[in-house]
Amino acid sequence: MSLKDKLTELRQKGLTDIQQSGDLKDVNQIRVSLLGKKGPITEVLRGMRDLDASERPKVGAFANEVRDDLTNALAKRREELENAVLNARLAKETLDVTLPGTPVAKGEPHVIQQIIDQIEDLFLGMGYQVLSGPEVEEDKYNFEMMNLPKNHPARDMQDTFYITKEILMRTQTSPMQARTLEKHDFSQGPLKMISPGVVYRRDTDDPTHSHQFHQVEGLVIDKHVTMADLKGTLQVLAHELFGDKFDVRLRPSYFPFTEPSVEADITCFNCGGKGCNVCKNTGWIEVLGAGMVHPNVLKMAGVDPDVYGGFAFGVGPDRFAMLKYGVDDIRNFYLNDVRFLTQFTKKG
Amino acid sequence: MKISYNWIKEYLNLDVSAVDLAEKIERTSVEVDSVVTPSDGLKKIVVGHVLSVKAHPDSDHLHICEIDVGDDAPSQIVCGAPNIAEGQNVIVALPGSRIADNVKIKRSKMRGVESDGMVCALQEIGFPEEVVPKDYVDGIYVLPADAQPGAPVFDLLGMNDSLIDLDVTPNRGDMLSLNGTLRDLAAIYDQPVTLDTPHVTEAGDAIDTQLSLHVDDSLSPQYRMRLVRDIKIAPSPMWLQIHLWNAGLRPINNVVDITNYIMLKYGQPLHAFDYGKFSGQDVYVRTAQAGETLTTLDENDHELDPSDIVIADSQAPIALAGVMGGLSTAISDQTVTVAIEAAVFEHDHIRKAAQRHHLHTDASQRFERGVNQAGVQDALDAAAQMLTELAAGTVQTGTAVGSNHQPEPAVIPLTLTHVNAVLGTELTMDQVSHILETLGFTVKVTGDDLTVTVPIRRNDIHIPADLLEEIARIYGYDNLPVTLPTGRMTQGRLTPAQRLMRATRKSLEGLGLNQAISYALTTEDKAKMFLTHPDSQVTKLAWPMSVDHAVLRMNMVTGLLDDIAYNTARKVKDVALYEQGRVFYRQDGQDRPAEEEHIAGAITGQLVPAAWNQPAQDVDFYQLKGIVAAYLQDMAVKGDVTYEPNTEMPEMHPGRTADILIHGHKIGFMGQVHPTIAKRFKIGATYVFDLNLQAIIDMPKQENQYDVISRYPAITRDIAMLVDDAVTNDQVVALIERRGGAYLQSVKLFDVYDGVKVPKGKKSLAYTLTYQDKHATLVDDAVTQAFEKVTKRLQDELGAEIR
Repeated sequence: MSLKDKLTELRQKGLTDIQQSGDLKDVNQIRVSLLGKKGPITEVLRGMRDLDASERPKVGAFANEVRDDLTNALAKRREELENAVLNARLAKETLDVTLPGTPVAKGEPHVIQQIIDQIEDLFLGMGYQVLSGPEVEEDKYNFEMMNLPKNHPARDMQDTFYITKEILMRTQTSPMQARTLEKHDFSQGPLKMISPGVVYRRDTDDPTHSHQFHQVEGLVIDKHVTMADLKGTLQVLAHELFGDKFDVRLRPSYFPFTEPSVEADITCFNCGGKGCNVCKNTGWIEVLGAGMVHPNVLKMAGVDPDVYGGFAFGVGPDRFAMLKYGVDDIRNFYLNDVRFLTQFTKKG
Repeated sequence: MKISYNWIKEYLNLDVSAVDLAEKIERTSVEVDSVVTPSDGLKKIVVGHVLSVKAHPDSDHLHICEIDVGDDAPSQIVCGAPNIAEGQNVIVALPGSRIADNVKIKRSKMRGVESDGMVCALQEIGFPEEVVPKDYVDGIYVLPADAQPGAPVFDLLGMNDSLIDLDVTPNRGDMLSLNGTLRDLAAIYDQPVTLDTPHVTEAGDAIDTQLSLHVDDSLSPQYRMRLVRDIKIAPSPMWLQIHLWNAGLRPINNVVDITNYIMLKYGQPLHAFDYGKFSGQDVYVRTAQAGETLTTLDENDHELDPSDIVIADSQAPIALAGVMGGLSTAISDQTVTVAIEAAVFEHDHIRKAAQRHHLHTDASQRFERGVNQAGVQDALDAAAQMLTELAAGTVQTGTAVGSNHQPEPAVIPLTLTHVNAVLGTELTMDQVSHILETLGFTVKVTGDDLTVTVPIRRNDIHIPADLLEEIARIYGYDNLPVTLPTGRMTQGRLTPAQRLMRATRKSLEGLGLNQAISYALTTEDKAKMFLTHPDSQVTKLAWPMSVDHAVLRMNMVTGLLDDIAYNTARKVKDVALYEQGRVFYRQDGQDRPAEEEHIAGAITGQLVPAAWNQPAQDVDFYQLKGIVAAYLQDMAVKGDVTYEPNTEMPEMHPGRTADILIHGHKIGFMGQVHPTIAKRFKIGATYVFDLNLQAIIDMPKQENQYDVISRYPAITRDIAMLVDDAVTNDQVVALIERRGGAYLQSVKLFDVYDGVKVPKGKKSLAYTLTYQDKHATLVDDAVTQAFEKVTKRLQDELGAEIR
């Protein structure tokens, strides 16, 4: 048998053995036995001494070819077997991906806070400042400077938590308007502010009344502020809180600190304006009060009403939250049942 | 006030439904609470003529009636009303009919006798009890004799009218009458309206000889009376009764009904006295005197206050002016001479009297808001004339006038430029003056200027801004343009304090706490707990609504404990809350407390819920400390944060409470609520913190800064030691940090053990020390040297036994 035939036979047998090897140990044994220093290929190469000088390069090249083929086959087989082992292990590691994820501690902002933040961000974007004042106020700022002199029918003693004759729990966040108006330097530009915060009324707590609730009041005073600007501002607010498809309508109303005074309704979000239980079949829901600032309010704060004017509005985040999410009891906001607090988590 | 759609249509040519009219009123004048057509939802309710009434054989109160309901044969109907009688026309609900509250009437048997329907009381077809004439409150209603059997009853009873319930704002007293509403609607619909002008026929003697009035005109700027003799008291005609009950008033008799009718129509409350019961001919309008009492028409006794305005005869008060008449001079079936009062009373007195005596009447409501001072005589004349027509009265000649102050009409200057500048409109002078004129105002135009004279009935219009409202609402708010303020740009941004408060909330939410908003008003007991401001006095409400909310809080913790208690009571055991809000500290001698922003938290149960792959872990001191520490790290106040044991707070666990200090300044505390306090709140083991947020806001902060991340490897050494129980972690760490050498980067506690394997009174602490040179590879020897040095210090200074 020629060396070449021997090599051919070796290759054939080697490839078959490799193909049939069952594990990495077999593969290793085959490698040692075929390609090792005492292996048949080395032996064949040693026999080349007996060949003609002209034959030697051919046989040598062929021998290298055989060795490469076997080496490649071994590597390939090794990879195959390694993959099989890995796959078997991975198969064993299979999880039930439907089991729940590990719980993490996660806190949520209060729903009222979410609404206040949303309102703040909207008005910050329109160049308003956010100002918060004292919760324990002077009668002067809470009432008198809001054009509610003592004995005014609209300031029923019954509705206010007084501490002394002159000190009270603020019933609205508008005292901050008076405090700011007093100080504002109009030569530095218009006054545009909102004041969010807690307010207090002498009410018995029930599903629709709370002795503590929130308000966000807004005020814009400049030389040329119009009622059309108020309408536009309220529309922007309604769109921000409820969505762009909501209309705003204004109705006449009465507040001592504004003239003209209006109440603003938005399209009922429950029925889209067709009329339903939520809107008492009117298609509209009352959401806030507003108006053009009463000249007396400006005068009392030392602002000349012949030069400056503007609008004010007041919204109740509690009411907004009740309307928007269908909350049927205002006390939910202040009792802090965790099952309530964690309902308003959708941020997407 | 409920106003009748049909009544309005008698005066205005309106081509709109009641609902549309109401919508228009709401958008232009005052709020509308409801629009109700009383017959809505009712059917097959007809007039029945009672042919015969027999007693039911098996009942002591039921009657078997033969009733003509317009069919060929009479219907047999069983009726339990005590007042049913032969010959009456009654209200019959036929089989298949629907009566009030959507109740369906079927043919039925009552105690064995067939009943083909039901004879109804007014309440059963939807009338509120308080408007049903007294004679018919406890039985069926009897219809007029000329009613046609079988005809629906709705028109007969005025039930097909629509009633628009106006919620009149305090400034629009003029809308509390038909006439005032008509005036507004005339402007809204741009139609002329002609209101009735009363003509009174006088026949008797001069009134001066029969009555003299003595009026304090500071209490009553106008006070008038007419006298009508020969009155025949009777029920009012049906049309008048319908007007009253549809407006929510009970028909009583012709005299009283006429006064109420005039009030509805003119807005002027009237009062009818039985002149025969007067003591003498003198009538006084004055304040009450000490000790005087009055029994009002509703048979309640009132002790009068010296600031109550009373009407009195020569003996005693006979009416609480502007609120309610007195029983002693009330109209009765025997009344023959009536004195009718039409007046204006000072509104503040009336408001207070109504409050004081809990008598909020239709009259007081109108006087509080102000009546039409130019229409007092008209209302009086109209009433007198009706008394001749409906009660056969003879109007005595003349009006007794006790006071007669007519206010001057307001004259208000305005410019068209101003109108458009404030409203954002481009109205023309014609548009503006037309609107004002349709409202009945007199307008004089000169160039851009308007001079507007306001009729006295509109007592809410005083200044140009009031006119702007009139123009805007009649023009229509819907027609106003929609714009945003222009003018100089302003910067809208949060202050650093506001930003920090937002960051506080975000941080704590990220650490697993839910934001709570609790009540700031609490009990005195709770207000004083967990006090970090020992000198502070409580601030109390003068008239609290309930004892639970009577005092301003001086800590944030009790509110959170109330919240936990609320959750615990509802079986919610895992609660993690934080709250940002104010506490109120008051110095002795001051009325007004200082307000301090605080941030507080409370956790109970488990912070992270147990799960299939995670065991339950109850919250503990260190879990809360981790939260507080992470939060304070977020806030990045300059200076070390330290925790010092506080054994003194009575509401806190003495061994598990720490004061929290930044740079040596106490900013709050944290720890476990004392078990006895927890028990009082009915809650489980709870850990709380309460920090002075204002202090955190005010303290200087660290800035973010880049620090090179070393390319050179770090070397760690672990050290475990036995120390006395009294030695704290802080002491050990401080010593290691102080003596650790230049390359010590961090010290981390990784084990604490005080179990059986260590001697009593000792504990084992184990730390990992990390060394790193930021600029070169650290040599092992250098670390070993430093480590040995610190080890020796620990042995020497803290008596540590290295293990």
